[in-house]
Amino acid sequence: MDGNPTPRGYEDALTGEQTIRNFNINFGPQHPAAHGVLRLVLELDGEIVERCDPHIGLLHRGTEKLMESRTYLQNLPYLDRLDYVAPMNQEHAFCLAIEKLTGTEVPRRAQLIRVLFCEIGRILSHILNVTTQAMDVGALTPPLWGFEEREKLMVFYERACGARLHANYFRPGGVHQDLPPELIEDIDTWADDFPQVLDDIEGLLTENRIFKQRNADIGIVSEDEILDWGFSGVMVRGSGLAWDLRRAQPYECYDEFEFQIPVGKNGDCYDRYLCRMAEMRESTNIIKQACAKLRETPGDVLARGKMTPPTRGEMKTSMEALIHHFKLYTEGFHVPEGEVYAAVEAPKGEFGVFLVADGTNKPYRVKLRAPGYLHLQAMDHVCKGHQLADVSAIIGTMDVVFGEIDR
Amino acid sequence: MRSPEAEEMTEALQELGGHIELKRPDCVLSWEIAHDELTVDVALASLTGFVEFLKTDQTCRFSTLIDITAVDYPARAKRFDVIYHFLSMYQNQRIRLRVQVREDEMVPSILEIHPSANWFEREIFDMFGLIFSGHPDLRRLLTDYGFRGHPLRKDFPTTGYTEVRYDEGLKRVVYEPVDLVQEYRQFDFMSPWEGAEYILPGDEKTEETA
Repeated sequence: MDGNPTPRGYEDALTGEQTIRNFNINFGPQHPAAHGVLRLVLELDGEIVERCDPHIGLLHRGTEKLMESRTYLQNLPYLDRLDYVAPMNQEHAFCLAIEKLTGTEVPRRAQLIRVLFCEIGRILSHILNVTTQAMDVGALTPPLWGFEEREKLMVFYERACGARLHANYFRPGGVHQDLPPELIEDIDTWADDFPQVLDDIEGLLTENRIFKQRNADIGIVSEDEILDWGFSGVMVRGSGLAWDLRRAQPYECYDEFEFQIPVGKNGDCYDRYLCRMAEMRESTNIIKQACAKLRETPGDVLARGKMTPPTRGEMKTSMEALIHHFKLYTEGFHVPEGEVYAAVEAPKGEFGVFLVADGTNKPYRVKLRAPGYLHLQAMDHVCKGHQLADVSAIIGTMDVVFGEIDR
Repeated sequence: MRSPEAEEMTEALQELGGHIELKRPDCVLSWEIAHDELTVDVALASLTGFVEFLKTDQTCRFSTLIDITAVDYPARAKRFDVIYHFLSMYQNQRIRLRVQVREDEMVPSILEIHPSANWFEREIFDMFGLIFSGHPDLRRLLTDYGFRGHPLRKDFPTTGYTEVRYDEGLKRVVYEPVDLVQEYRQFDFMSPWEGAEYILPGDEKTEETA
């Protein structure tokens, strides 16, 4: 050097060129905004995300392998542990798959109860998602208010099936037990009050300047991207496509319920938030309709037959019923050979079960298709070019739950 | 018992199946409709072309990849079934493709046509050990870093081969061979009336006397 300093002090002494390399950071697996055990390897150029490599599988429990060595009834609780914020929606898909293979007709009252609890699950999931996403971008109050409602809903779960979270309530052929009339009344009363809580949460968030700045125009997905990356659920509806399996390919008795499908316009995080809020209002509506229908529809909640247990009274008096009960809970029922795919509109998108049965009492192969899996897969695509701080907003809006992604 | 809507749907699927076979007779080995679902058997070599056709053809427009998975049939010469599910949001129809693959064969990746195939193919590689040709990043996905074996193959034991624990002395997590305190409970549900072979104590005496 000739003692003549360059105007900027950081040029390479030999070549006169700047050497800059991208910064790699590790996000998670223990990070409050990772919504579970997500590990992201982020390559940053300044604060701009250049590459995002999600490492998943930290919560992998081998559900699909375990299901191959258990009977159909024993497998049902595994479904609760997938998306553990809305357990009954997953059970529903598995039950539908079995019912499709066996050709079982579900009694009407059981169908209504299923719809009722699916919508409760949707609200459970959306409350969690909306409020924790708000927490990720800096608001602390919404989760506190939202979780109070979740608590009430979980009490309804408990009153229906005895468990707050892992319900094991939907069974192939119906639901495990009938709802007491008081419970239906209480759910109905709750549904009257819930829109007020939604108004409160909306008052906190919808026009909140910080919340809007952190969410509007972040993580925009277009129609082509939706198709390329296989999105479903709110990720689709937020971009203006009115795609909802409850409407498009109605299962159970959704075709007799009146509900709207809210859609967004811009396909950004903010529109998806608005969609979720509107969907909760629609779900509350469906819950009220289901309660009204349940009052008028008495009857059995299980299609009595080989797949379902006899009534308690019958079991105690009839020898055949006792043998049936014993065989059902030890050997389990046999499902005829075949391959079937059943999908439901879970809160997070299309949850599907692909079932290969070989005629025995255990499934030969079960593949669980989780919506969050495809959403998270597109992380790299969606995050590219965003700020580091937006990553947590995008994880939040994708509504990832690692129970279902890692399986 | 079948509703008129279900009848209508099956008819639409019949039409679709016929259309696909007519347009691509070289790809379709056979097709069937079971449980209101259309399943098409495809040859491995024509897979990518067929998926492309399904995506672009105006009557199909199967533009969303729903799922890719595999099923292991150890007794078969072509050991694996690779199964593709597609959805058309425009035609509101679903289709399933089934491809039979030998253990040593490579499956062409459909990543170019459907970017969402990425993780599905990685997962199948991880779980079944099938290799996808043309996949840019075929790493393990769900299992542990440095895991060996392919868990969803039928010859892989449910308990696995290794277990982990935190070693207080070494101050790190150690991997050890699986040590089962209690035997893994696998019940034989075969009814004794259906010809299960049980050797009961005392059975050998019948042979001695005979």
